[in-house]
Amino acid sequence: MSLNIIVLAKQVPDTRNVGKDAMKADGTINRAALPAIFNPEDLNALEQALKLKELHPGSKVTILTMGPARAAEIIREGMFRGADGGIVLSDRAFAGSDTLATSYALSAAVRKIGNFDIIIGGRQAIDGDTAQVGPQIAEKLGIPQITYAEDILSVDNGEITVKRRIESGVETVKAKLPLVVTVNGSAAECRPRNAKAVQKYKYAAVPSEVAADESRKEFIEKRPYLNIGEWNASTVDADLAQCGLAGSPTKVKSIENVVFTAKEARRIENNDEELENLIKELIANHTIG
Amino acid sequence: MANFYNDNEALKHYLTHPMMKKIVELKERNFADADKYDYAPQNFEDAMDSYDRVLDIVGDISGNIIAENAESVDHEGPQVVNNRVKYASGTQKNLEACRKAGLMGMAMPRRFGGLNFPITPYIMGADIVSRADAGFENLWGLQDCAETIYEFASEEQKQKYISRVCQGETMSMDLTEPDAGSDLQSVMLKATKKEDGSYVLNGVKRFITNGDSDIHLVLARSEEGSKDGRGLSMFIYDKRKGGVNVRRIENKMGIKGSPTCELVYKDAPAELVGSTRLGLIKYVMALMNGARLGIAAQSVGISEAAYREALQYAKERQQFGKPIIEFPAVAEVLSLIKAKLDASRALLYACSRFVDMYKIYDDIAKERPLTPEEKKEQKYYSKLADAFTPLAKGMTSEYCNQNTYDCIQIHGGSGFMKDYACERLYRDARITSIYEGTTQLQVVAAIRHVTTGTYLNKIREFEAEEVKPEFEAIKNTLVFMTQQYADAVQAVMGVDDSKYHDFMARRLVEMAGHIIMGYLLLEDAQRNDYFKKSLVVYVNYGEAEVARHASFIGNFKPEEITDYLYTNA
Repeated sequence: MSLNIIVLAKQVPDTRNVGKDAMKADGTINRAALPAIFNPEDLNALEQALKLKELHPGSKVTILTMGPARAAEIIREGMFRGADGGIVLSDRAFAGSDTLATSYALSAAVRKIGNFDIIIGGRQAIDGDTAQVGPQIAEKLGIPQITYAEDILSVDNGEITVKRRIESGVETVKAKLPLVVTVNGSAAECRPRNAKAVQKYKYAAVPSEVAADESRKEFIEKRPYLNIGEWNASTVDADLAQCGLAGSPTKVKSIENVVFTAKEARRIENNDEELENLIKELIANHTIG
Repeated sequence: MANFYNDNEALKHYLTHPMMKKIVELKERNFADADKYDYAPQNFEDAMDSYDRVLDIVGDISGNIIAENAESVDHEGPQVVNNRVKYASGTQKNLEACRKAGLMGMAMPRRFGGLNFPITPYIMGADIVSRADAGFENLWGLQDCAETIYEFASEEQKQKYISRVCQGETMSMDLTEPDAGSDLQSVMLKATKKEDGSYVLNGVKRFITNGDSDIHLVLARSEEGSKDGRGLSMFIYDKRKGGVNVRRIENKMGIKGSPTCELVYKDAPAELVGSTRLGLIKYVMALMNGARLGIAAQSVGISEAAYREALQYAKERQQFGKPIIEFPAVAEVLSLIKAKLDASRALLYACSRFVDMYKIYDDIAKERPLTPEEKKEQKYYSKLADAFTPLAKGMTSEYCNQNTYDCIQIHGGSGFMKDYACERLYRDARITSIYEGTTQLQVVAAIRHVTTGTYLNKIREFEAEEVKPEFEAIKNTLVFMTQQYADAVQAVMGVDDSKYHDFMARRLVEMAGHIIMGYLLLEDAQRNDYFKKSLVVYVNYGEAEVARHASFIGNFKPEEITDYLYTNA
């Protein structure tokens, strides 16, 4: 059975090797000082998608990313490693999106793509570390989700089997397609770029990149596989009130360095009562609210 | 996130050598594949960009996967399980990464699924992989055997086997036997022709690198009763057919990840390559030349690793209150490692460009008659490749041995312990001056280019090139060295004694080597400041070496040779 797989990926500043100028005086990230990279756990996610493509010949892997036109770089990067193509969701209206607005926009794009079996993304991005976007997309689309995935073991008869990393070890779970899977950094590393794919796809571009450099226009037009999709808010029929700053309830009040001091983890049972107690506790100690 | 291509300025320098334009345009037949294959280049710039990008992949895999696994592979090594080779786990991961990255069959034509790279960027891959793990380079570099299939096998065999190599199957060349090492004319493995025209092989091969490969090229005796090289033919043995078992693998000093096998052939079905009787005299010679260039690349890669290990240690190690690199005695050793490394690489890529030129012309000649001008160039470069290949293999492998020795010296007592990579490099280096023909045999192959003047003619061409004023003094030194070399050649040839010629051959070949490498670095330094220091250091070194040999030859009384030679008495 061939699968339609959407890989959610994000171009992020490389926060792993930060220098002195990584932060601006106002506490926001100085993106100019940090190279833009493929979010590491999204690469782990891509590997899972590519592995499924090998196991299920005829499958299609589409990378979906939200960001400026230059985020097409990570779609090319994905194509170099075996993805079939991708879409950059790009619109000024999306600027300043928090996780809620991001997941709204991405889920609108997923609806527009329409035909999918599995959405795979990294657990979280290294610039925000929220791990919220994947689960929120699942909620918005009303489909199941498996988080902290370490290995997708199989897909059979509309059912997926996934090994997931949990605090005390691993567990193997099953779920029905379609669904969202978020992949943990402990999963297999992404395969290297492929020599033929690099040569084949190196000129792949979104329309705004082609417009900025006319020299390859004709070349790319003749080769449909070099066209990376570029969608905006109206392409995906997004409600502007739910996009960008307007759709983002998160407000950053201040940013400070936090040193984690908690030594031990605590187990909260997955029921309403325990969750409510936890939220009350977090509000009381001003962690949230 | 190490990348062994991007962090090495010398590689980009040679990739962008002025001769590459012609090589690429010929190799790509003026980009005739552009509309046939979606990964073929449109023009020269596009091709160069593709080489750069693909070498970036090689650099990434080498830096982040192969180098990371090198130590565990060295410790674990391969095993024989049920007559089959089981690679070390790191080796399996390395191979898997190379396959997924499509780095097999790099130099093969696109119609077989290859990348159609010229030899030069392919050899860069070998250089980069060797820096990460010389033992693994053997497994990766044996894809070069596909070149022999491409040159001499039938179209049907090419379609079948080259395509499989491009998909990631490994190869081996089964030549050596217990009583046929350097002297391959003594090969005894028996090829028997069956009634249907196919062959079966019976006998034993020894010291076969990657001997449990998927596709073997086998040298065997097809002509019953024959005794010399003219009774030997080349065969393909396909592992899928069965009939060859691995009896044991050698316990080696270095390149431990590369399984060296003893093979037993028992009615192993085999296909003849090309014509009978040409196995050794034509096909193995071609195979060997390719393999020797590969060992030169391996030697350069090991030298590169040795230099970097030595440099890093010398910067970090503090004695007498400062890093040891600040002591002139240590700095000199380092600068000499670097100079020998840079000189080796200059020679390696000069050689690979020559090989590219004549091989591409040979290939074009199968499609259409060459113009008289092209024929002349084909002959010119074929001769240079023939002259430079043994020189490159001989000099770079000796230098990589010297460099790994010096690398340990820089590490002092710590280098003698198993705690640092330098001891592995030292062990890995040792085979480079032995296999694919010892340095002594490279001298045998090279000496005729001393006597016929191939080297001197090329040196005179270098000499005719104008140099920037700042390099005049160095050029004068090279001119002086050339005079000493020419005099020494004349002096040796003036003595009518072939034993004396053989005795002096190594000295003459080395003298030519020093001068040629000096001129190559001179060319490089004029194009790129990166090579300026090594140019000075190397020419100083070469000047002293040439003088030493000139002095030995000048002072040597031919009758003294009896004090060196052993007789039956």
